[in-house]
Amino acid sequence: MAQNKTIGKKRGKGNIIVYLVLILGSVIMIFPFIWMITTSFKTVPETTLIPPALFPKSFRNTAAYAQVTASLPFLKLYYNTLMMIVLRVICAVIFSSMAAYAFAKLKFPLKNIFFFIVLSQLMLPAQVFILPQYEIISALGKTDSIFALVFPALVSAFGTFFLRQTYMGIPDDLLEAARIDGCGHFKTFLRIAFPLTKTSVAALSVFTALFAYSDLMWPLIVNTKLDKLTLSSGLSTLRGQFAVNYPNLMAGSVLAMIPMIVIYIIFQKQFIEGIALTGTKA
Amino acid sequence: MSKNYKKEALAGFFMALPTIIGLIILNFYPLCRTVYMSFFQSGSFGKWKFVGLDNYTKMFQSSGFWKVTGNTLLFMVYTVPVTVIGGLLIAVLLDQKIKGKTVFRAIYFLPMVVAPAAVAMVWKWLFNTDFGIVNLTLKALHLPSGINWISDPKTALLACALVTIWSSVGYDAILLLSGLQGISRTYYEAARIDGASSFQQFKKITLPLVSPTLFFVLIMRIMASIKVFDIVYMMIEKTNPAIRSCETILYNFYQETFVKNNKGYGASMVVWCVILISIITLIQFIGQKKWVTYDV
Repeated sequence: MAQNKTIGKKRGKGNIIVYLVLILGSVIMIFPFIWMITTSFKTVPETTLIPPALFPKSFRNTAAYAQVTASLPFLKLYYNTLMMIVLRVICAVIFSSMAAYAFAKLKFPLKNIFFFIVLSQLMLPAQVFILPQYEIISALGKTDSIFALVFPALVSAFGTFFLRQTYMGIPDDLLEAARIDGCGHFKTFLRIAFPLTKTSVAALSVFTALFAYSDLMWPLIVNTKLDKLTLSSGLSTLRGQFAVNYPNLMAGSVLAMIPMIVIYIIFQKQFIEGIALTGTKA
Repeated sequence: MSKNYKKEALAGFFMALPTIIGLIILNFYPLCRTVYMSFFQSGSFGKWKFVGLDNYTKMFQSSGFWKVTGNTLLFMVYTVPVTVIGGLLIAVLLDQKIKGKTVFRAIYFLPMVVAPAAVAMVWKWLFNTDFGIVNLTLKALHLPSGINWISDPKTALLACALVTIWSSVGYDAILLLSGLQGISRTYYEAARIDGASSFQQFKKITLPLVSPTLFFVLIMRIMASIKVFDIVYMMIEKTNPAIRSCETILYNFYQETFVKNNKGYGASMVVWCVILISIITLIQFIGQKKWVTYDV
C-alpha cells in the first residue's frame, strides 16, 4: 500500500498497484457525474429498468430539461448566483487586501484589538451569526434581493488572515524604497505591494467563489421568491416538486453544476494551489 | 519622525477600518445577539420574553436534543477517520513518481466544486432501494442488497456520511499532498541506504513530518462534520421515516429557528454547537502534543 517514494529504480509491480488503486478511485469519483448526465436524458420508465441501462435510448430526449426549465427560471438563477459570486469576490479582495496590508506592514493604534476581532471570527462557525444577520436583512426590508445574498460576506476575516500571510512575505526594504521615492502609504500598497499578491488573490477569489456557490442555508433563508433563488437553493425546491422523477432532478442538477465545472476547468491550477496555500500556511 | 508615524498610523487605521466595521456589524454584534436571544422566548409579533436559562434546561432535558447531538457525533465518527485516512492514502499514492498526476488530482477534487445540493440529489438516486446503482452493484457482487439506504433509520445517516466522505476526501488529499511535497527526499535516501523498508519509512519519516498538516486537516474535518447541514437537508425529507436518526445539530437549529419560528430555542441550539466544537477542538490541541511533530 504505502510504498513511499522508495520504489525508484525497481518500479514495476508496485506501480501497477498504485495506478489500479488511483484509477478505481477516479471511477468512483466520476461515475456519479456520468450517471447524473445520462439519467437526465432518460425517460421515467427507463430509470426503472433492471438491469439498468447506462445510456438512454436517445440523447435527443430533452424532456427533463424542458420540464425543469419550465418550473424554475434557470436564467435568473444563473444571474443571481453569478452576481452573488462576483460581488462577494470583489468585496473580499478589496477589503481584505487593504486590511491585510495594514496588519502586515503598518503600525497603527488598536491594531491588536482589531486583529483579535479578525481571529475570533475565524474560530466561530458561520451559523452562529445567521439568525441576527437575517434579522438585520429583514429589518432593512432587503430580503429577496442580490444584496441579501452578498450581505454576510461583505468583509472576510478569512481573506484578511490569508492575505496577511502573503504580505508578510514581501520584504520591507522594497516598500521602504517606494516610500523614500515619495510614494504615500496607500499608493505604496496599491502600486507596489498589491500587484505582488496576484497568486494569493487568485486563490482567495476562487475559494470565495466556491464557498458562495455551495452555500445553501443562507440563500434558503433570505431569498424565498422563485426568481431570487440561487442555483443551490433553487435545486432544493426541485426536490419537493419532482420527488420521484429522477430524470428531472438530474437535469436540474446538471444545469446547476455546469457553470462551476467550467470555471473549475479554467481555473484548476488556482483551485489546487489555493488549497495548498491555505492548508500549509493557515 | 513622529509626523511619519502619524501618517502611517492613519493609513493603517483607515485601511483596516472597513473590515473591522464589517466584522463588528456582521459577526461581533450577531454573536452577542445570538447568545442574548438564547435567554429569551420568541413570541408572536416579535415579542420577546426573558426566560433565563429555560431554553438550555429545556434543551438538555429533551430526548430530542440528545438524539440530535448523538447523531452529529455519530456522523463525525463515520466521516472523519475514513476521510482523513483515505485522504492520506490518496496523497501518498499521488506523491509517487507516476504519470497523469495532475489529471488524478483534478478528478479527486471534482466533487468539491459541485454544489452539495446537486451532489446530494445524484446520490439519493444512486441509493434508491429498487433501481439505485448501489444496491444493484451489491446484488451483482452477491453482497446483501435491497437496502433502504435513505429511509431506513439504521442506514440513512450512514448514507449521508458516505456521500460526505466521497465529496471531501479529495480536498483532504490535496492538502496532505502539499504537506508531503514539503518533505525533503534526502530523508528517504538516507533511510534506504540504512535498509529501511517502505513501511518503516512511512512510519518513521512520512507520518511525523506530515503530522502538522494532518493535524490541520483533522481539525478542519471535525469542525465540518459537526456543522453538517446541506447533505442531510437535501437527502432526507421531512416526511422521511428515518428523519429522527439523521437530524443533526444545525439541521435542528434550522428547523427550530426558521421553520418553527422558535428563535430563542434555536439560538441556544447554535450556542451548543459552538460549545461542542470548542470542547472537541480543545481536546485536539491537548492531544496533539502526543503525536504532532513541529521541529525536525
